[in-house]
Amino acid sequence: MKPAAPPVAAQSGQAHAGSARVTVETIARIEGEGALHVRLKGERIQDLRLEIPEPPRLFEAFLRGRRAEEAVDITARICGICPVAYQMSAAHAIERAWGIAIDPQVRALRRLLYCAEWIESHALHIYFLHAPDFLGYQDAFEMAAKYRPEVERALRLKKLGNTIMRVLGGREIHPVSLRVGGFHHVPSKRDLQPLLEELKWGLEAACETARLVNTFPFPNFQLDYEFVALWHPDEYPLNEGRIASSLGLDLDVEAFEEHFLEQHVRHSNALHSVLRERGSYHVGPLARFNLNCGKLPPRAREVARECGLEPPVRNPFRSIVVRAVELAFACEESLRLIGGYEPPARPCAPYQRRAGTGVAATEAPRGLLFHRYTIDETGLILSSKIVPPTAQNLKRIEDDLWGYLPQILDAPVEEITWRAEQAIRNYDPCISCATHFLKVRVTHEE
Amino acid sequence: MKPDKHRPTVGIFKFASCDGCQLTLLDCEDDLLAVAGAVDIRYFPEASRNIGKGPFDIAFVEGSITTHHDADRIQQIRRQARILIALGACATAGGIQALRNWHDSGEYVRQVYAKPDYISTLKTSTPVAEHVPIDYELRGCPVQKTHFLEIVCALLTGRRPQLPSASLCIECKRKGNTCLLVASSEPCLGPATQAGCGAICPAMGRACYGCFGPHENANAPALAKRFREDGMSEPDLQRAFRTYNAWAWQFRKASEEVET
Repeated sequence: MKPAAPPVAAQSGQAHAGSARVTVETIARIEGEGALHVRLKGERIQDLRLEIPEPPRLFEAFLRGRRAEEAVDITARICGICPVAYQMSAAHAIERAWGIAIDPQVRALRRLLYCAEWIESHALHIYFLHAPDFLGYQDAFEMAAKYRPEVERALRLKKLGNTIMRVLGGREIHPVSLRVGGFHHVPSKRDLQPLLEELKWGLEAACETARLVNTFPFPNFQLDYEFVALWHPDEYPLNEGRIASSLGLDLDVEAFEEHFLEQHVRHSNALHSVLRERGSYHVGPLARFNLNCGKLPPRAREVARECGLEPPVRNPFRSIVVRAVELAFACEESLRLIGGYEPPARPCAPYQRRAGTGVAATEAPRGLLFHRYTIDETGLILSSKIVPPTAQNLKRIEDDLWGYLPQILDAPVEEITWRAEQAIRNYDPCISCATHFLKVRVTHEE
Repeated sequence: MKPDKHRPTVGIFKFASCDGCQLTLLDCEDDLLAVAGAVDIRYFPEASRNIGKGPFDIAFVEGSITTHHDADRIQQIRRQARILIALGACATAGGIQALRNWHDSGEYVRQVYAKPDYISTLKTSTPVAEHVPIDYELRGCPVQKTHFLEIVCALLTGRRPQLPSASLCIECKRKGNTCLLVASSEPCLGPATQAGCGAICPAMGRACYGCFGPHENANAPALAKRFREDGMSEPDLQRAFRTYNAWAWQFRKASEEVET
């Protein structure tokens, strides 16, 4: 399959002379709403702001006084795209505070539930939100006219993730089975068996996806990022691990807040995270792959090699290929987990509520998701902190645009706008999460 | 709406929410391309760069109203929409973020943000119907995709949508679940909650937490009385009714009658 001509080339853009303003009032194909304002003078960027007008919902405030167990379902409502990520980080943090040990089969089942979310979320982003940029379409519906089999494959992959989610969690969005200590209900082996056939198809379809997106035209752009992700000695990280970075950070999750700082900037209802010593950093598929690619199972590793992915991958536009490799990983890992599944003796470990603080970080489809809860002796939340992946990437996205836009400033404003959007979508930003985002405005000054 | 005249124009709008209800539309995997072919999707920024203008035959609105800007925006959308459908618990009841309605929202903002003066927000999170008349609502946190498909089919064919209005108990009994409230005194909100989810929580042995909100004739205070008799503390009682549909009046009434 040949990719179409680069996006917008066909559109008639007004050539600019002197200064201009690029504005994307509503950045489409992202989760939530954001806007980008770029002010240009000649060939120089005067100002660049990623605005997050998404209304604040104040989760950390109303979590105070709630039962710690409720955080699992309440924080899921921060994001309808990655509710499992919130449920997992919340459950793990509270389990850590209360010293609850998790049965290995419960752990395996949680990993399967997380894989289901990765499959659904990655399939959605690759085909519906990002691929149209590379192929020059406004959306996947338009793309379906020429790429019908590919869009149908996307829908079938999405449905696969959602089916696993429904079997384990009762429904696709805000599933209801996960709880502090384990699960409310666990499936039987027979419940999971019918998923195997479709997962085998899914693994092949994910590899096809990687080969397809690897043929897309990628801008020649790369940066020296500091990649941050969970790192686990034995497995590609999902639910647990140490926090590692490409510049040598190696931390227990407890130490997260000593090294990472949230800043409040005027133009954003989402906080910006920075590394205390070094500024912006990069979380998500590229970071995970670069730090953990040796842990990928055989098929996912093979397709990564076939696509020429060698760590460190530093071109953010190639994140779509890495995401497809992770899609293959999630299918392959699901097959392994179902193959080895025995229902746990007890779906939920018994526990005692007590005063304490617990933290956890897990890998949401978009990157590291940190939760901290301080709980009183009766089990009520005294305070909490939630650091979603998009908040961690926001500063990074702005920094990417500062680096990338100068390469394309001789293009018509319409094309700059679309390219800027595409660069933002490299991060699959989820603004609903980040405010717990996108409009683009490029302005040329006279 | 007359069938076959033209493809109805559709807009999908977001207010304060988690995006889950919009995602439910994209989760209609088997029917998505058919639906997209039967209507003219003019405004759906989550899925498309084509940002079209109204008027719209059908406007789906996700999310609650929490800012001055959004309070104006919902008026504009209503003026441009022939049929306005509130989508999910945030749009129909104010969502989980309506918990601020009982508190000092300024203090809430100070809790979360280092520089509260950068934040502009209303003191309350309110459902769409408190601002403009709505034509239909789809309940749930999140909505059910079958309900979305039902309302689209009904509007396309010019008939009335058939959406559940009974209590969750009806759905739960049909599934053959053992009643958690009667058999094990679990604080199940099912008797006061609108059906529609498929009774997924009771099917897992978990008490319903009311994410579809109160049904029309719900007597939430009577259910609260039962919970009290079963030994639930007053603060737990209040928390039980104050979740994703806390601002729906039946649940609100039950939670405000709690002695604290």
